[in-house]
Amino acid sequence: MNNETRIRRINRFIETLNQARGLGLIAREAGEDYLVMELPYNEQLIGNPETGAMHSGAITTLMDTASGSVMMCALEDLELCPTLDLRVDYMRPAEAGKAVLARAETYRVTRNIIFTRCEAYHEGGKTIANCVGTFMRVGKEATPKSYRKLITGEAE
Amino acid sequence: MINPETLRYTQQTGDFGPMLESIPYAGWIGLQCDRFGDDLIFRLPKKDSNLGNPILPAIHGGVIGGFMELSAAIYLVMAQDTLRLPRIVDFSLDYLRAGLNRETYAECRLTRQGNRVSNVMVLAWQKSREEPIATARAHFLLDG
Repeated sequence: MNNETRIRRINRFIETLNQARGLGLIAREAGEDYLVMELPYNEQLIGNPETGAMHSGAITTLMDTASGSVMMCALEDLELCPTLDLRVDYMRPAEAGKAVLARAETYRVTRNIIFTRCEAYHEGGKTIANCVGTFMRVGKEATPKSYRKLITGEAE
Repeated sequence: MINPETLRYTQQTGDFGPMLESIPYAGWIGLQCDRFGDDLIFRLPKKDSNLGNPILPAIHGGVIGGFMELSAAIYLVMAQDTLRLPRIVDFSLDYLRAGLNRETYAECRLTRQGNRVSNVMVLAWQKSREEPIATARAHFLLDG
């Protein structure tokens, strides 16, 4: 699987998630074990009206989506992996008017569990938040075949 | 931060409308809050735009996280005399069950109140409190 295929799969996948589509999440870059996802700035997501900073919950959704999609880079077959847990450390608030990027990677893939880490930041800026997550492998059969085909593009 | 007058009004009346209206993200996910005596119950009404998993379908895990984070922050404002929303330091979230496409509830508990940092537990459920969909723990910085 090449990186273009990875990005296409991830963007088809997040297109099926209402909340991710609403946020305008988009995969910008991908490799064997990582991806970079972007959350465009949106005034509707403001958590602090005084500064215009987007709420940490929107950043959490970005990081959860990036971490929950990055296994599609590492696994040849498409299998959706439910989140077991997430731990997010907030270093500093996001700045108003700027998109937030999240770089997620799988740092350990086992038969049952996938371990991820993710960093959120502004382009060229300091870390906004760090996140580690664990995801359970429930097997590709747990995902309906029609959905797998939709994401891998075989349906086209 | 949110207008201190709005926070004071909310503390005194238990009417969360003006405060929630001043936080766009609360409206984005549809967070509601009700006060029963001293108890607060946070609600996330069924909303298709909050869905993540399209197969079940289930609420996006990030939305459940955002709902619990914001609930904890509002809970702290109400539990204290402070007139600012506290700043979140970290958030640890365990997903226990899929959050189905229905109304979700959350309640918070102040585990430890220090001079500068608070530790808050959050429990989220749907059908029954006995079957939580997620539990979370958060630290907040108060003199933000």
